[in-house]
Amino acid sequence: MTVTSLGVPRRLLEFALDGEPVCVPEGTTLLDACRAFGKEIPALCQVGTLAPGGACRLCVVEVEGADALVASCCREAEPGMRVRSGSERVRHSRRTVLELLASSVDLSTTPQAMGWIEEYGARPDRFGPGAARSEEAPILDNGLVVRDPGKCLRCGNCVAACGGQGRHTFALAVSGRGAETRVGVEYDAPLTDSACVYCGDCLDVCPTGALSSRTEFDLRVAGTWDEPAQTATTTVCGHCGVGCRLTLHVQDNEIVKVTSPHDGPVTRGHLCIKGRFGHQYIQNRD
Amino acid sequence: MNERRQKAYPRLTHPLVRDTRDEEFRRASWDEALDRVARGLRRHRGAFGMLSCARATNEANYLAQKFARVVMGTNNVDSSDRRCHAPSVEGLAAAFGAGGGTSSYEEIERTDVVVLWGSNARVAHPVFFQHVLKGVQAGARLYVVDPRRTSTAEWAEGWLGLNVGTDIALAQAVGREIIQAGLVDETFVGRATSGFEEYRALVEPWTLSLAQKVTGVPAPAIRELAHAYGRAERAQLCWTLGVTEHRNGTDNVRALIDLALLTGQVGRAGAGLQPLCGRNNVQGAIDMGAVPHRLPGFQDVLDLDARLRCESAWGTALPPHHGLDLAEMFEEMETGGVRAVYCVGEDPARSSEGDGGQAVRRLKALDFLVVQDVFRTSTAELADVVLPAASGWAESEGTTTNSERRVQRVRKAVDPPGEARGDVDIIRDLAGRLGHVWAYADAEAVWNELRSVSPDHYGMTYRRLEEHDGLQWPCPSTRDLEPPYLHGRLWEADPARRGRRAPFGLVPHVPPTDLTDERFPIRLTTGRRLDSDNLLVPGGSSPSPSRRGECVELCPEDAERYGVVVGEKVQITSRRGSVVASVWIDTALRPGLAFTTLRVPDDEADADQQAPAARCPIAGTAEYKATAIRVDKLPLVTYVG
Repeated sequence: MTVTSLGVPRRLLEFALDGEPVCVPEGTTLLDACRAFGKEIPALCQVGTLAPGGACRLCVVEVEGADALVASCCREAEPGMRVRSGSERVRHSRRTVLELLASSVDLSTTPQAMGWIEEYGARPDRFGPGAARSEEAPILDNGLVVRDPGKCLRCGNCVAACGGQGRHTFALAVSGRGAETRVGVEYDAPLTDSACVYCGDCLDVCPTGALSSRTEFDLRVAGTWDEPAQTATTTVCGHCGVGCRLTLHVQDNEIVKVTSPHDGPVTRGHLCIKGRFGHQYIQNRD
Repeated sequence: MNERRQKAYPRLTHPLVRDTRDEEFRRASWDEALDRVARGLRRHRGAFGMLSCARATNEANYLAQKFARVVMGTNNVDSSDRRCHAPSVEGLAAAFGAGGGTSSYEEIERTDVVVLWGSNARVAHPVFFQHVLKGVQAGARLYVVDPRRTSTAEWAEGWLGLNVGTDIALAQAVGREIIQAGLVDETFVGRATSGFEEYRALVEPWTLSLAQKVTGVPAPAIRELAHAYGRAERAQLCWTLGVTEHRNGTDNVRALIDLALLTGQVGRAGAGLQPLCGRNNVQGAIDMGAVPHRLPGFQDVLDLDARLRCESAWGTALPPHHGLDLAEMFEEMETGGVRAVYCVGEDPARSSEGDGGQAVRRLKALDFLVVQDVFRTSTAELADVVLPAASGWAESEGTTTNSERRVQRVRKAVDPPGEARGDVDIIRDLAGRLGHVWAYADAEAVWNELRSVSPDHYGMTYRRLEEHDGLQWPCPSTRDLEPPYLHGRLWEADPARRGRRAPFGLVPHVPPTDLTDERFPIRLTTGRRLDSDNLLVPGGSSPSPSRRGECVELCPEDAERYGVVVGEKVQITSRRGSVVASVWIDTALRPGLAFTTLRVPDDEADADQQAPAARCPIAGTAEYKATAIRVDKLPLVTYVG
């Protein structure tokens, strides 16, 4: 439908956010409520196209009366709730989470991560050099998708997008337990021997760049990936009659990345191999 | 990055001209090239054909048809939609008066039954299939009708593996069962349709047992589909090339529409008919009038009011009769009725109907051929002048229209290479050289002119298209929005508002022309794979790790019978010729059924050359889906060493 779907009318409910009474529609998560009222909440694994998973624990807030801090991305606001989004307890927890994450995962390609580390005064190096770091090298087993285990948070977004919340291909899965937990394909095979259909929807939901396109990976290795210099233009895919919206990220007149707006009525952020990777043909210029 | 790009066709970067066809092309300036084109076309004002492109923007298609009609004074303009979408458009137009899918993708998420008929959507239209999956997760029952047990069928509650070319028999058996079981929506049939009694008589012979015999689908499965569709509160019937790419494609579409008419599964939220097209702007090319029998906005050339509106907007008189379609133009090339062709983004030398050799011969016999394309295509190699164009979706401003009638903005993200220019600019400049000065500043000016002649597009300003993430036609008002489904009028109580009744399509079942027998025991059908298009990407398509090259796919039983293994080269022989292709084994197939993709860029196999020359008498679509073939093992010497 072209008209924004309003759905069933929702009642407003009132709760206290950092001491101020606020009103939000029923069903609003605390994260959305905080952001709606201008509170900066760091969050990594929350992506609009997936159900919230509460995996990264960065978005925790304090709910009065609850024993533990709650992940604001998963918790809906309730009437009369008293929520503190930036108390010392919350900040301390976020600082520790950032230290644990940044000491075990390479956050160099995670947007905003460095800013948060600074803001919360996190010291990822206090556990010693290279604590719990994965030594695995990026997996370059195909020409389109690069998997870099050293950057993986194990948030499970890619697994959800590949599986029941998206593509229903189930090529990616979580295996192992505890510190051994990792994301891989069946029998730890190369991607080319898996069910993967190379839609690249996992790239779209990966918060850290552990999954990236080969183009982006190569440009980063060459040191020529220049995100500030890129333009993003939204157009329509030229491959079939479905009419997917594509956002073309262009650097030096070359398409270097393709995404799709999450709110579009046609794609809702999903693409297929042709839409996400099938743009080289117009660039056969030499 | 360069090494990963496929070599294939390079982009055209400069205009190319030559004096005779035997010469090599030489680089020319735009002025020289356009002057030559103007000279070439001026000579043949009465014998001109325009081929427009289903990949170009609406604006380019609008200007292409305007060029043919206003500058050259002919309705001889057509686009390659014949391949896949024209039967859907003609079928829907005959039933409802509007040639577009009646529902929106989003409705599929909120429906009770989804029928995918001749559609391997999971592979061919993956993002559309995401909507189907959401519907299935919300409780919709999915039925898939396809000769192959595709990966789409793996998600279905029921798979109906019919014999190739028996769609009408199956549809009419479903219709008969709906009638027999008392599942007809009698109020809807009585108020909004015509021809029900004739339809009832027509389908009467199609008992479940006869249908089982003809279609190969077990009677209980046919019955289950009929009851699921007939009992559903809301049902969506979707189809793709499996239905349309037959010589009686339009009849197939009519037979499916009949089921919606019987049960009132159209014109309501969640209930409708949804064809999916293969090319990004097939729907738009037809809507823009780049077809021989329609003016922009899906208005018939024979409709005096529509013609007057266009004549006053364009300041010229229009020929009051239908023009030649693609196939007729090619036939006229033989007799000299068409001497000059302006080909925008099409590659008929590779993709035209019938056999490729004939098309090439006819193009060579033309007095003047100008090709405007992104790549130096096979057709460009035959041309007198080649004009380098910008690609429609990443290098141009404009709009395209998708399968759910949604017009969306296309934007320029990269600069075209060399001196390549946008289609709109080229056609405009050419018109100027032929004495028609069109002062379009940009694509939006072209679009606004289209809005003024097409009531269905009037409400779609560029600003509104942006604001609403695209708008679906009809959109007659600049303020209001129409419902996402078409033909709600059919449910009105007041006969005046209900409008024209939707007639049942009384179409006969005709078996495929190319029958299988002892000499040609295997049915070869065609389709598309996830990472390839039907001839869509002439420049070599996306790099795909899962691509295995073009091959002929057999079921394990047939492979065993012929003693062939994966990768082995075999000889495929039809009544028209033979080719060599390598074997792939697919368990989705069954004995007697082989599969190949249409797009065969670099191998000897060429499905087009195999396909019979019969075509749909109404929409002109060629028969691609049903060829009788024989598979022969090659003698050992040819593949050792």
